[in-house]
Amino acid sequence: MDYIIDGLAKAFKIIFSLDKEFLLIVFTSLKCALVSTGLAALVGVPFGIVIGHKKFIGRQFIITVLNTLMSLPTVVVGLMVYSFLSRQGPLGSFGLLYTLTAMVIGQFILSFPILCGLTVTAVRSLDRKVELTTLSLGANPIQGLIMLLKEARFGIFAAVIAGFGRVFAEIGVSMMLGGNIRGYTRNITTTIALETSKGEFSLGIALGMVLLMIAFAINIIFAQLQRNSKNCLCIG
Amino acid sequence: MRKIFVVSLGFILLLSSYSAAEETIKMATTTSTYESGLLDYILPPFEEKCNVKIHIISVGTGKAIKLGENGDVDIILVHARKAEDKFVSDGYGVNRQDVMYNDFIILGPQNDPATISGLKDINEVLRRIYNAKYTFVSRGDDSGTDKKEKSLWSKAGLNPAGSWYLETGQGMSATLRIADEKDAYVMLDRATYLFNKGKIRLKKLAEGNKDLLNFYGVIAVNPHKHPHVNYKLSVALIEWLTSGECREMISKYTINGSQLFYVDSRE
Repeated sequence: MDYIIDGLAKAFKIIFSLDKEFLLIVFTSLKCALVSTGLAALVGVPFGIVIGHKKFIGRQFIITVLNTLMSLPTVVVGLMVYSFLSRQGPLGSFGLLYTLTAMVIGQFILSFPILCGLTVTAVRSLDRKVELTTLSLGANPIQGLIMLLKEARFGIFAAVIAGFGRVFAEIGVSMMLGGNIRGYTRNITTTIALETSKGEFSLGIALGMVLLMIAFAINIIFAQLQRNSKNCLCIG
Repeated sequence: MRKIFVVSLGFILLLSSYSAAEETIKMATTTSTYESGLLDYILPPFEEKCNVKIHIISVGTGKAIKLGENGDVDIILVHARKAEDKFVSDGYGVNRQDVMYNDFIILGPQNDPATISGLKDINEVLRRIYNAKYTFVSRGDDSGTDKKEKSLWSKAGLNPAGSWYLETGQGMSATLRIADEKDAYVMLDRATYLFNKGKIRLKKLAEGNKDLLNFYGVIAVNPHKHPHVNYKLSVALIEWLTSGECREMISKYTINGSQLFYVDSRE
């Protein structure tokens, strides 16, 4: 029991003294997750809107694939991207293995299906009548689409946050593609794994607390968004 | 619109913080060297002198050599002489140099059910553990320590298998931790032992055999095989690791008053 209490005490010391290495680790996690989710949103949201909005052959199939990919195991993504990025692989000449870029690529693949899939759901769940009404009031299709997006915005925000939550807390991709390099690709989850294997608990606990706090914050935003979208539907 | 502007500006800033100013080289090394903290002590002077950042990837020796063969790293620091020689003779590595050595030891439960305490003969140690079928935890990850352990078993004419022989597939400290939790026998390098001494219950039972010596070598990845590697800096790093100044630092590196690595030209 002593070592847990001892670890906790040291963990608080690390957090409140704003230890440089600790901050860098947290920053690395945030940076990679933000960039990868941001890029995934740039691509995934438009895709999701198109798939959710348009009716075409194979649409249901794409949605099923997206839903399956949502639960893609992180180590499988790690393995796939690793084999491509290694110097022996097809993209080897870029020398990307064990860099932040490699982590971002892996995390992008993880968050893309979530972002895209949840956007599809958000767009599909909208009342079709909103768009039809807008169109019948004389709006052109573009304006109709904008109206649609306004209605779906909370659902899309929620999709982005869910994507961020996934990559922020994952370890498989970070470990396999980042290599846990100190002062460079070492992030919250890989540090916790390393520190636990070394039998050091304090830094791990401190980072675990940060991870929990951020997950908590994400969930608060998520709940808020859901409430807002409900209000919005009532008005609409 | 302003919101979008602010968000994209922040995003661009994040992206731009990627570009690294100084030169970097990648070194694959063993978990036992890395976790001992030695590299954090002997590398910074070199990094400062050459204005370079060394990215250390800590894996088992087997994986480190694979990374070198694939050209994913510039230099490797490992401990498995046979595999190192093969790495060089296959043309993947050049300029191999001895760096330092220490030795392996056997830890086990306080009550020593296989009665190996104080034995010098490593064959006898392994035979007794084998006969007692008492839990033995192995790295099982093709690391230098794993290769060494496997070679000792085969030298003793034994083939460890069965529910008492556990392979973790993890690094040295993680494996030690598992052995400690299971109250099992384990073979590990002295540096990792000294580093973890206060945190484990297992007792040092057998040591001091010539067969248990553990030599570390550094090898640059061959630039003719992989033209993209930073050979110049790798050679500079090898020069630094074998320099008098660095050797003195290695000899002076202690944990709780015990020396972890020794420098001495063997052969």
